[in-house]
Amino acid sequence: MNSSKKATESLIKTILLICTLLTVFVTFSIIYILLSESATFFLSVSPVEFFTGMKWTPTIKPYAYGVLPLVSGTLMITIGSALIAIPAGLLSAIYLSEYASERVRNILKPMLEILAGIPTVVYGFFAFAYITPFLKNLMPDLQAYNALSASIVVGIMIIPIVASISEDAIRAVPRSLREAGYALGARKPRVILTIVIPSALSGIIASFILGISRAIGETMAVTIAAGRTPRLANLLNPADWTKSIETMTAAMVELGLSDVSGHSLAYKSLFAIGFTLFLMTLALNTVSYFVKMRYREVYR
Amino acid sequence: MKGDGWKEKMFMVVTLAATLAGITVLSALLALTFYEAVNWIDIQFLTSPPSRFPDRAGIYPSIVGTIMSMILVGVFSVPLGVGAALYLEEYGRRSRFKQILEINISNLAAVPSIVYGLLGLGLFVSTLHIGAGSILAGSLTLSLLILPTVIVSAQEAIRAVPDSLREASIGLGASKWQTIRHVVLPSSIPGILTGVILSLSRAIGETAPLIMIGAATTIFTAPKSIFSTYSPLPMQIFMWTDMPKEEFLHGLAPAAIIVLLAIMLSMNALAIYLRNHYRKKLWG
Repeated sequence: MNSSKKATESLIKTILLICTLLTVFVTFSIIYILLSESATFFLSVSPVEFFTGMKWTPTIKPYAYGVLPLVSGTLMITIGSALIAIPAGLLSAIYLSEYASERVRNILKPMLEILAGIPTVVYGFFAFAYITPFLKNLMPDLQAYNALSASIVVGIMIIPIVASISEDAIRAVPRSLREAGYALGARKPRVILTIVIPSALSGIIASFILGISRAIGETMAVTIAAGRTPRLANLLNPADWTKSIETMTAAMVELGLSDVSGHSLAYKSLFAIGFTLFLMTLALNTVSYFVKMRYREVYR
Repeated sequence: MKGDGWKEKMFMVVTLAATLAGITVLSALLALTFYEAVNWIDIQFLTSPPSRFPDRAGIYPSIVGTIMSMILVGVFSVPLGVGAALYLEEYGRRSRFKQILEINISNLAAVPSIVYGLLGLGLFVSTLHIGAGSILAGSLTLSLLILPTVIVSAQEAIRAVPDSLREASIGLGASKWQTIRHVVLPSSIPGILTGVILSLSRAIGETAPLIMIGAATTIFTAPKSIFSTYSPLPMQIFMWTDMPKEEFLHGLAPAAIIVLLAIMLSMNALAIYLRNHYRKKLWG
């Protein structure tokens, strides 16, 4: 190799390395921006007030920056959508890996993936324009904006995440374990429920956590369908599900649409919510990563 | 399944029903949307700006803005994503460093899209003073948003190139970069393209990050340059679900949704076509 060729080679390598390091820069930028803007916010509003306050009125006097109403709204959507996506996703995974023929699987899997590919603004429209009016026939008390419809569409949206990760985990369970079950005279459902699922449990749990993390960050569907009413909702009261709420993400959209200036507290509060949201999803993703690692090691 | 009792059959039926449930509900919702959109999608709708009067309203400025922004996102994210994937696959080897980078990339892929909106707001709008709501600011934000998925899909395509080809090229005296340029890239391009198009079709439907960087809710003239303010198609849909008149929610919004889904569908079809077309060419 002559020297000019060597120079070219190392230049190329450096350029490609810079492309890779950009991803690290993105991570640090996210953390830096969220931290610095939140820090100035917390100089004016104490973290105690923010994390334990029960009123959220960032743009209406008297200003109050209590994030709890938004957290309760987010929790509501998360729990509601998990109640739909977890059973549906897990049962889908069982069908696809244990019952479906290769041909059926090749048809159903892409169809299931479509559920995750539909833009979330479209899901919001579905909930507001069709699902809520439909449910209103069954429950006259249902408001135009409500947590129930939003939970249903978010649930549908995250089925594929739960299904595909669960299915990977179930497929990783060795055949020999299933055969052992059949040899003992157990039939298929029993083998699935007592051998396959427990063996794949860590992967399945990881899929639940990832699905929940996705539901927490969900924005447009909940903004359109659940409305923008920040109030401390009671999760255990069924009547509360028929009313409008506001999630953390919907509050961010509301602030983004209002003309708050870059120096106001309301603008800074946007980043404080964003930071809280980021930490929540990061924590869940990290937990699911380690849980997943565990099952990968078992059957190597 | 022979010899199974009804309980065993029931269990299978339940799992199948769960698989079909979401698909069925979505199909019904899409059918409803299509039914309501049919009377509204026409040449006038595709060539008019939005309006307070449903009969005159259209999505022309949104479509122009969306297409301009997608071209830009492609221009930004493809070189960066493919470059990073090449480094990780061809130079990275199996190092601790590569592992950390990959964990970071998978974490970035799981960051909620609205947080990318805050990144765009803080980095491009507030720090670099690229106009709020401009096509450039929106495209840069979306590029960072899809970068992790572009990298991962490009990595898979590059990994699919057999090592024997690389060794043959090195054996003939080619340098590492020559090998990448003349052996690895040509055979992985279809896979890379497929991944890029799928990521772009994802980006088309993104709304939340664009609200954060100040994209317009309604705009009456088509954007002229990348510095013009724009109102991406999903943003227009969002506004029309919020309008008091019935025709907006049950006419214009469905029409705009069908146009958006049609664009996404054609992109996906293109990706699948490319994959199959090149597969035949490459592997006979």
